[in-house]
Formats: sequence, structure tokens, C-alpha cells
Amino acid sequence: MGTKQKKRKKFSKDQWLAIGFLTPSIVLIIIFVYGFISWTGYVSLSNWNTIVPDFSFAGLKNYLFLFSDFRFQSDLRNMLFFTILFIGAVILLGLCLAILLDKKIKGESFFRNIFLFPMALSFVVTGVVWQWLLNPSTGVNNFLKTFGIEPLWYTDTNILAGFQWGQIEFGVPVAIISIVIASAWQMTGFALAMYLAGLRGIPEELREAARMDGASELQIYRKIILPQLRPITASVVIMMAHISLKIFDLIYAMTGPGANFVTDVPGLYMFETTFRGNYYAHGAAIAIVMLLAVAIFIVPYLWNNRRADS
Amino acid sequence: MKKIWVLTVLILTSLIFAACSSDSANSDDGSDSEDSSEGEGTTVEIFSWWTGAGEEDGLLALIDLFKEKHPDIDVENAAVAGGAGTNAKAVLASRMQGDDPPSTFQVHGGAELNDSWVAADKMQPLDDFYEENDLMDKFPQDLIDLVSDEGNIYSIPVNIHRGNVIFYNKKVFEENNIEVPTTFDEFLAASEELEAAGVTPLALGDKNSWPATQILENILLAKLGPDDYKGLFTGDVAFDDSRVVESVELFGEMLNYINDDHASRVWQDAAQLVAEGDAAMTVMGDWAKGYFSNDLNLTVNEDFGYITTPETEGLFMVITDTFGLPKGIENEEETKEFLKVLASVEGQDTFNPLKGSIPARVDADESKYDEYGKDTMDDFQNAEALAPSIAHGSAAPEGFLTKMNQAVNIFVTQQDVDQLVNALVNASSEF
Repeated sequence: MGTKQKKRKKFSKDQWLAIGFLTPSIVLIIIFVYGFISWTGYVSLSNWNTIVPDFSFAGLKNYLFLFSDFRFQSDLRNMLFFTILFIGAVILLGLCLAILLDKKIKGESFFRNIFLFPMALSFVVTGVVWQWLLNPSTGVNNFLKTFGIEPLWYTDTNILAGFQWGQIEFGVPVAIISIVIASAWQMTGFALAMYLAGLRGIPEELREAARMDGASELQIYRKIILPQLRPITASVVIMMAHISLKIFDLIYAMTGPGANFVTDVPGLYMFETTFRGNYYAHGAAIAIVMLLAVAIFIVPYLWNNRRADS
Repeated sequence: MKKIWVLTVLILTSLIFAACSSDSANSDDGSDSEDSSEGEGTTVEIFSWWTGAGEEDGLLALIDLFKEKHPDIDVENAAVAGGAGTNAKAVLASRMQGDDPPSTFQVHGGAELNDSWVAADKMQPLDDFYEENDLMDKFPQDLIDLVSDEGNIYSIPVNIHRGNVIFYNKKVFEENNIEVPTTFDEFLAASEELEAAGVTPLALGDKNSWPATQILENILLAKLGPDDYKGLFTGDVAFDDSRVVESVELFGEMLNYINDDHASRVWQDAAQLVAEGDAAMTVMGDWAKGYFSNDLNLTVNEDFGYITTPETEGLFMVITDTFGLPKGIENEEETKEFLKVLASVEGQDTFNPLKGSIPARVDADESKYDEYGKDTMDDFQNAEALAPSIAHGSAAPEGFLTKMNQAVNIFVTQQDVDQLVNALVNASSEF
């Protein structure tokens, strides 16, 4: 009797209620997120590369095509270097600004708002603005001309430190730097806000104690503050990585695929090949590759969180 | 027991929620068709990407004309903006695949119509419609061929744009005392002189890569002639033909004379270079004429001039917007009434002067068109041959065009002739 009653009480009334309220959203997510991911995976293994659906099984043909394709190889290279440079720039600038703002300066909230404000814009707006600012024949070059330098910005087709690899020249495309500038301009405010919150969370006693022990300011930052900010950095990296790996709107508005595909990314290729070329299976395969790329960052993070919970 | 009862209710509610939300998701997509079926098929839904200045005015004038004639039929203007039709085509594709076609939709004559919607068996033949309305001799035969597949006609051409035009800055040529080129040798020689005079010879805006593709297609038309040019897409002429290789080489030579910042410009920006005298010429379809005269307030034959691209005189690279009749629509009769207006002289002369194109009919009223329009109508009616444009989806399927645009984009930077020719051969294996 006693055990039976215990079983009955496994879920309390509150828990039943919670389950009841969660069920609709779980059902919806299963259908509209995971269902459609599986559907995309299914299409990516089919022969549907015309306007008329053709679901016959193609194996890995679409993936093999993509990985030998000049444009897709360029996309992977661009995505890699964009992600590294973008995350690096955002973290570095965000941290520096946060440390400066943390000095309890006058008008702190004013500066905080200024740095956060670009986040309120949509990437399309940022793209259009920076397209004109970094246009080689207008924009900042009119000013830089007086110093005798005229960078080609996003129309530069050079690859830094390039070497032949597969179909493409592997290296840092110079044009990507323009896009890093535009996107970092927009997202630095986010890292700033995160780091500022993190810095405020570090008790003053820790710094005091270090100072008592004779640590220099630099040592305090290196040995005490930065290690304390590690979880913040992890969150920023995750947030920025999923933005940079999936980026589409900013580049679509700013440069397009670029000459020789120096600013092309998988998102752009997916859109064009699916909706312009009717290569639905190729598009689905690109989507799956993008999903896996994001998963490389997200899954360890989720795993960590799960472990921390239990 | 009570708890089980509560649970059952909750699960049921959640299922209803789920059902409702998926229902509403469906009706989001299908709301247009539901609206039209509610009116017992008296709403004609016209699907297009005509949302820009001029073209939208033309479409609205056309709709007004139709309403005047058929006050009992409602018209829904289902235009989708953006991406020069890309967005509209994506919406159209999902609606056609979901068996929810609009009453009639804009589609370029040629491969865009035949290799997709006709091949997918989604269109109704319009041969009877042509017979009944006595249209067979009102369009040039080449044009009817372009909207026909295996002997059946599938759509009504509304307008014609020309794709083989060079627009040039008259003053630049006069000041430097250079003749406007009519052959490729003259083009290269003139470019050399223009460059020496400090003017960019050829303005190109290939942020979207089709303007570069358009230059190449014009060279191909000149070097192959209209029959072999069309032969490229029927398999009669191979893409590694020596004349194709020669064309690609010539294309590479011409690219030596383009502006450095071509990748940051779209075609309008390139036209602007010509308007301001920074560049001498630009190869563009004749919608650029509307840009020069309406947007930049320049006078034709005074500020800017036009000429066919080298060695294509007498040939007409044709881009035509057409409307057809999809299968499975409920209001066929009403839609046919709309197509009748679209095909009439009155309809075409209402739409085209506003859009800045010329009518597809050969018997339209010339007095309604400007100097350029009259000139082009003469060329169109007396053309030796009409050639379908690749860059605008008339010559080859969209899949080929996408791959060709990519290969051209790479070529503009790398200038590797073999690579481009190989890419074209590979892409052409698909049709």
C-alpha cells in the first residue's frame, strides 16, 4: 500500500499542471523545429534539384558535389575566418570597453547606451550603412585619400597568406575584414554589457585582498578578474558563433557574394542555389552543414549546462 | 481519478492548441486562394514582381482598364517586391508546389516558362485562346516560338525589352573625337583611346553577377549568330565550340577596360558612371533607358546615346514578360478575360509606355511611344532574328543560369578561359 501511494504521488499537482502547459509547446517544437530539420535532412539526400520535387534517394551525392565546389569551399573558408576575426574583435573590444566603463566614470550610463545602441538596428540597416561607408569610391576613402591610402575594402579580391587548397586559395580574404568591422560595430555592445555585468559581479574584496598582497593592477586583471569572467566569455562566444556561422542579412545587404566569392557565406549560397537555381537538394545539404557547424559550438555548451544542473 | 480527468482535459486542450496553430499556419499560406474562392471565382489574382516605379503604374493602369471593361470581376494585385523577381519566383514556386496557383502570373518567355512550369505540367495550352482572339499573326513568329513547347502555346507576351544595347555618353565620345564602336575591334581600339584620355571605357556593376553574364551572352550572340546561339541550348552546338572559346577570350579582353569598383556597384550605379561622364559606355538592357531619362533626367540622343552591342545589328536579344493560365484554378473564364485585355492593342499600349518597354504586338500604336520606343519597335518588327536572353532566364533553365552566373563571377576576377568554358559545359549537361 505504502509503495503504491508513493508512486501515485510521483507527480504533484503543480507538476501535472506544468506538464499540461508544456505539452502544446513541446508538440509544436517537435513538429516545426525537429520535424523540419529531419525533413531538410531527408531532402538533402534526395535528387530534388529541379523545380519539380523528386524524392528519389541520391545518397551523399549533394554533399560530395558541394565539398568539391569552388563556391562552397570559398564559403567554408570565409565562414571560418569571419567567425574567428568577428568573435575575436567583439570579445577584445567588448572587454576593453567594459573595463574602462567599470572605472565608475562620469556619465557611465550615457556611454553604455551609446555602445549598446547599434544592437537596436537590424543587420540589414547596418549592412546598407557600411556598404556606403566602406565603398572604395565614396565613403571613408574620401577622407583616407588625404593620407594617400585608398583601401579597396570589400571589393579587394586578395587572399592574405594564401595557398592553393582544393579548388580555392586558402587564406584570410581581405574583403572579409570589412564585414568584420561592420558586424563587430554592431555586436560589441552586447559583449560590453555582458562583461560589465560580469565585472560588477566580482566582489571588491577580492581586488582589495590582492592589493593587500601586493599585486599590481595588471596582475589583478590577469590573475583574478579574467579567470572570473570565463563563463561570460563562454556565453559571448556561443552567442556570437551562432550569429557568425549563420550570417546572411548583413552580407546580403552589404556586399552580396562578392567578386570571386570573397565575401560569400553558406547562407547566401543556400538562398541563391535554392530559390534562384531551384537546386533544392543542394540548398538542403548546405543547411545541414550549417546546422552541424553551429552544433560544434552549441552541443558542448548544452552538455556542460546539463552536467552543471545535475 | 480526478487527476487523470484533469490530465485528459489538459492533453486534449493541448492537442486542440496544436491543431489550431497548424491550421492557422496553413491558412496563412492559403489565405489568398480562400479569399478568391469565397467570391465564387470572381476574383482574378494577378501575380507579378512589378512593384518598381513605372512598372507598377503600368500594372495598375492595366488593372483599371480591365475593371472598366469588367466591373463585375474583382482583381487582386498580388505583386511580390524585391530581388528583381527572385522573391516573387520563390513565393510562386512554393504556391505551385502546394497546388495553390494564382489565377495568372508573370513569367519570362522561354526556358523560365517551358522548362519549369510547362515541364511540370502545371500550365494549360492557350492555342484555342490564340485562335479565338485572332492573335496568331499579331506577334512575331520567333516570339510565339519562345512561349511554345512541343507545338503548344502557353502564355501571352505583354512587353519586350531589348538586351543587346550599349548606352554611351555622347559628350565623352564627342570631346575625345572617337567614333562609337560597331565591331569588337573598334570597341577595343576605342576603349584604348578612352582609357588614354582618362575615362573608364566600360562601366560594369556586377554586385549581382548577371550584368557581366549579359555582356558574355551578347558576345556569344555576335560570334555564333542567332541560329547557333540558340543551338547552344538545344545541344546542337557544344559549349566548348571554338567560337565559344573565342567569345570568352574576347570577354576577358573587354574586362580589362571596366571600372575597378565594379563589385561594389549594381547596374544603376554603373549607368550613373556613364551619366556623369566618368565612364563612356555600359552594356545593359533597355530598362536602363528609363533610368537615364526618368531618374537622371537626361535627354536621349543629346546627353546619352544608344547602339546595339558590337556585331549584333539586326539581331534582337529579347526579354519578354508573359502571362499564362495555370492548371487547377477555379476562375478560368474570368482569368481568360484578363488575358484578353492583356493581349489587346489597347492593353499593351496602356501598360508599355508607363513601364518603358515596347509592346509585344506588331500592330501597336507607335505614336504612344517616345523616340527610343519607336526606334526599338522598328528594330523589333524588322529584326533578322530574335534571340532569347540567358541572363534573364529565357534561353536556359534557372539552374543553368545560376551556375553560369557563378562561373562568370569567378572569371571576372581570375580570367581563366578554360575554367569558364568547362563550367559552362558541365552546367549544360543538365538540359
